[in-house]
Amino acid sequence: MTTYRPSLANSGNSMTSSILGHAHLSADKAGSTKIHADKVNVFYGEKQALFDVSLDISQKAVTSFIGPSGCGKSTFLRCINRMNDTIPICKVEGTIEIDGQDINTRSIDPVVLRARVGMVFQKPNPFPKSIYENVAYGPRIHGLATGKDELDAIVESSLRRAGLWDEVADRLLQPGTGLSGGQQQRLVIARAIAVGPEVILMDEPCSALDPIATAKIEELIDELREQFCIVIVTHSMAQAARVSQRTAFFHMGRLVESGPTDEIFTNPKDTRTQDYITGRFG
Amino acid sequence: MTEAAIPVSADKAKAQSAFEKRLKARHATEQRFRFYGLMAIVIALSFLAILLTRIVTQGVSTFTVHSVAIEVPLDPARIDRTNLEGTNFDIMVADAVLAKLGEKDDDFGTKSEKVKDLISPDFGFQLLNMIKANPAIIGKTVSVSGPLRANADLYFKGEIKRSTPEEERKLDNQQIDWLTKLNASGAVKTGFNVAFFTKSDSTEPEQAGVLGAVVGSAMMLMVTALLAVPIGVMAAVYLEEFAPKGRWTDIIEVNINNLAAVPSIVYGLLGLGLFINALGVPRSSPLLGGLVLALMALPTVIIATRSSLKAVPPSIREAALGVGASRSQAVFHHVLPLAMPGVMTGSILALAHALGETAPLLMIGMVSFVPGVPAAFTEAATVLPVQVFIWENASERAFHERTAAAIMVLLVFMILMNAVAIILRRRFERRW
Repeated sequence: MTTYRPSLANSGNSMTSSILGHAHLSADKAGSTKIHADKVNVFYGEKQALFDVSLDISQKAVTSFIGPSGCGKSTFLRCINRMNDTIPICKVEGTIEIDGQDINTRSIDPVVLRARVGMVFQKPNPFPKSIYENVAYGPRIHGLATGKDELDAIVESSLRRAGLWDEVADRLLQPGTGLSGGQQQRLVIARAIAVGPEVILMDEPCSALDPIATAKIEELIDELREQFCIVIVTHSMAQAARVSQRTAFFHMGRLVESGPTDEIFTNPKDTRTQDYITGRFG
Repeated sequence: MTEAAIPVSADKAKAQSAFEKRLKARHATEQRFRFYGLMAIVIALSFLAILLTRIVTQGVSTFTVHSVAIEVPLDPARIDRTNLEGTNFDIMVADAVLAKLGEKDDDFGTKSEKVKDLISPDFGFQLLNMIKANPAIIGKTVSVSGPLRANADLYFKGEIKRSTPEEERKLDNQQIDWLTKLNASGAVKTGFNVAFFTKSDSTEPEQAGVLGAVVGSAMMLMVTALLAVPIGVMAAVYLEEFAPKGRWTDIIEVNINNLAAVPSIVYGLLGLGLFINALGVPRSSPLLGGLVLALMALPTVIIATRSSLKAVPPSIREAALGVGASRSQAVFHHVLPLAMPGVMTGSILALAHALGETAPLLMIGMVSFVPGVPAAFTEAATVLPVQVFIWENASERAFHERTAAAIMVLLVFMILMNAVAIILRRRFERRW
């Protein structure tokens, strides 16, 4: 089994106008590599979940991970902010670099890393506290605000950037768990933004949402990609096509193919990618 | 066609009736199960009702007491001013009672002895204290009042009846006549037994109260709570949230579960060996009792805390870790507060269990007669369940009604604790 591993350097020029009807970044914008993974292997106890995954993820672009269930896409995503550290039987090998810095070395504190690499989960998981507290929690524990006014400003701007401010401005002190599913997910995104991350990881952020809420989140993702490097795991190929500029296809724990989204969807190089995209399995 | 159709419809009818039969059987089974469940609840409730009725009917008479007021002339000739403590005030009280009854003591003092069986020795002490406070009252007539002795009290409560043969009852005919006469003269008053709540254990039933035991129980429970809850919660948090899962944590978990099932008297043995013999903690003190009961309550607190921590959805931990909270921040800011209602309920249940525990306390010598209220955690004290045990073992009948009354006090104590648990739970749960 060969692993197709395109590098980012020659990916920009392959972008042409999209058949799938979404805007693409120009070559120079997507050009720089934010995250570089090299030969990542992940084991859950005896079972190996990822095999030699090497991938470059570019700055200021949305990268989507697609693939059938259990293919390892979420596992790889969780390697990027070392969320897998919290699972005792999980072992990660290989190197992952963010801005050229290895995140698995001793000198990197996972707590600091997770402030730089925010995460949004499959199920909206706001804290059972007020909307304000949900957003203010991160800045507070990281000491990002020196006073109440500054904290208020961070909360407001985060909620604005998450497109939620207009809906919740008059009820900031009400529980975040009382919002609708889509609002909760945007609240969670605001909570991640509030810490000022460079990368936002999204693990199937719309799988628990209805189509309208999904559309809102996708719109938001499109707005946020100017400021953050966004990696999204999705089950929906249509969503990958809509929101992402680059796509990586995982299968059976291996990275099969990655490249510009339109290329993966129109001209996949691997037959497995083709089979998956045309709906023959998964 | 018709030949074929007939068996088909017959089959159909057959299937239909079989189906209806099954449906009927299903309904019957469901009805039966509901009936069983209802019966189980009725049986449980009736047992509870029998228990409570028995305790209340046996103990409720404790709360009324019959007392008597007597005018005692303080004859200077009978009082030795230089030796007040040595003066026999009891005989003066007895004579005053006899005078009231229109009788006179004989030369052998038989009548006054019989009167002393009816009147509490507390009267003599009252006189002594009055004279000590104001010696000028010698020579005057003073009034003292107090409870009748337990047997006289029981006569008025109908526990001792004249119809019983004289040799089988504690009061003879003459004493009963006197009591009837006293009552007719209006000297005997019925009132609420305040002394039961303001006095501690005594050798005289009419003087015995639960105050010492209630205070002792409260102090002991305080020691237990202060030790078992923080240690138990911290141990559970560490085991559940921080400890690497492996063989060692498994061994520890199994052992904690085993400890929860260890008979409580074994903890008494442990307390005897460890706290008394090795560490020299004062025997029979609330501190010692609290230490032993804390050991006993610890496994329950740990198990309750662990299960309520487990019940907090992992998404909350992930959410906190995802914004860069450290593990301890995730636990103390989010997980533990959410687990708090469960922790509270578990802890208070463990404490309520500890409150009613008797066996380990007998083992560490808390079974002694303690006539006062403990002033410090290291002083000898008695606690409610042990007080119940001591009174139940007493030979005097009047102690038995006090046993039931002490059980009622214990039950009220527990109901109060459970109420506190519910209130705390509500308050913590309101924080969503």
